[in-house]
Amino acid sequence: MSVSAPHALAVWRRNASMYRRTWKRNILPNFFEPVFYLASIGLGVGAYITTMGGTSYLEFLAPGLVAVAAMNGASFEVTYNIYVRLHFEKAYDAMLTTPIEPDDVLAGEILWAITRGGIYGGCFFVVVALAGLAPLPAALWTLPVIPLTGLLFASVGIIFSLKIPEIDLFSFYFTLFLTPLFLFSDVFFPLKDRLPETWLWLGEALPLLHPVRLARAAFRGEASPLLLWDLSYMLGLSALLLAWARRGVRQRLTN
Amino acid sequence: MIVQLDAVSKSFGSRPAVDRLSLDVPKGICFGLLGPNGAGKTTTMRMVYGATRPTSGAIRVFGLDIAKNTRAVRARLGVTLQQNVLIEALTPEENLRVFGRYHLLREPQLSQRVAELIVLLELASHARVPVKQLSGGFQRRLAIALSLMNRPELLILDEPTTGLDPAVRLALWGRVRELRAAGMTVMLSTHYMDEAERLCDRVAIISAGRVVDQGPPTELIARHLAPEVVEMDCSPEEETALLDGLGAPRHRMRVGGRMMVYLDDAAPLIDQIRRREPERLHSLVVRPANLEDVFLKLTGTMLEAGT
Repeated sequence: MSVSAPHALAVWRRNASMYRRTWKRNILPNFFEPVFYLASIGLGVGAYITTMGGTSYLEFLAPGLVAVAAMNGASFEVTYNIYVRLHFEKAYDAMLTTPIEPDDVLAGEILWAITRGGIYGGCFFVVVALAGLAPLPAALWTLPVIPLTGLLFASVGIIFSLKIPEIDLFSFYFTLFLTPLFLFSDVFFPLKDRLPETWLWLGEALPLLHPVRLARAAFRGEASPLLLWDLSYMLGLSALLLAWARRGVRQRLTN
Repeated sequence: MIVQLDAVSKSFGSRPAVDRLSLDVPKGICFGLLGPNGAGKTTTMRMVYGATRPTSGAIRVFGLDIAKNTRAVRARLGVTLQQNVLIEALTPEENLRVFGRYHLLREPQLSQRVAELIVLLELASHARVPVKQLSGGFQRRLAIALSLMNRPELLILDEPTTGLDPAVRLALWGRVRELRAAGMTVMLSTHYMDEAERLCDRVAIISAGRVVDQGPPTELIARHLAPEVVEMDCSPEEETALLDGLGAPRHRMRVGGRMMVYLDDAAPLIDQIRRREPERLHSLVVRPANLEDVFLKLTGTMLEAGT
């Protein structure tokens, strides 16, 4: 069994059909959220900080928040929404009466999570750019980072979703996993300045650190060999988790 | 044969759900899987369309091995699941479009097929109302419309009328007959004996994951029971006196305080009761033997066999 692109696309389109009904309501908060963050932390907290990592605090903050938005958009989709489709809407039971196979379901859902992450991250990027915080055209390199971030966190989240028996447990995922990532992955302060050298490897293990570093490099227009490591980490971990998820989805849907 | 199951077994962990089950569904008939809840009907159906893999045994649908040709087989069959799997926030029309895409229908064929199904299953009046606002009967019709999207040669219906009111059930039976008359092979599961008797050309009686017997309903009844049933309230002690002098009936079965006597001719027994214990006539019913009786007899719910 392997993925059939047209069938995976049909899975994607199911979700798109539902999103299309509510996108006007859904997309507005995506624009407000970045405004609030930039105003409160960027302007509020930033007023007490002259520079961070060599730029104004607002400029330091902006690229990381774009990556966080992509992470959140994808994560929400592969956790709560997939759980609802699996257990309440029985969407996959319906799909498996048609030529759609579990691999197509996984591919379609990951693609959709990347799309949602892209919408979140994209809106954030637009706001940041309008605020004059994204130096163009260099900052446009952030645009490929957004779907890669979506892919990574869709892969992480779907593994969690496959393992948990109850919807309440997603709060663990958000508060005990995503929130610490948000707070400690170079978004608000440069991790390497505050972490003892012997513990730096731990920072490198954090999945959010890598998209944040890539986004920041794009905003600054600075390429470095380290970015290749970031890229490899994101692609490698995604591939590993997806291979695992593939087995899990097959087992879950065709037991 | 449209569907062939050969010694198919399926266990979930250590719990066997289907146990060396074999059956054949020939082309163009309505085939019923009959059994109580938990007998393995849904699991059997899921294996036929490849959503569950058997632990052992072989399944061929349209002559193809389902394990190797899942997509090809599913492209030629339709399934209505026991539980509606409609998208409640979307309208019937949108649901049909989403489902059409699962079958890779493209415009203009997609819109054309959606329009056909809306007419065929009389969905036009509420085609643009969100599904969650529609009645149970309407939702069921839509569920059937979805399963007809790809003009299937085989239609699988898992407990199609469970939870529906009598009028809706009757209407749905009519639809199934129409589809069969149009040449479709239908495979349905049910725990309603009357449904199986009215719709099915052939039934397989399933208990604890095995086929206990199969055949056309009338044949099954004739094979296992006398044609007439006298059913009445009667304690085990009164039983012997009541049947005294009539010769042994072909079968007797008991469910609690209710006794069923199976006879070729019910008249002598009724005459005798009228003469000796006319007050017993209040609880007495004479009816033809049905699949329910066969089921009782075959699955061991029967307490006493006729001598």
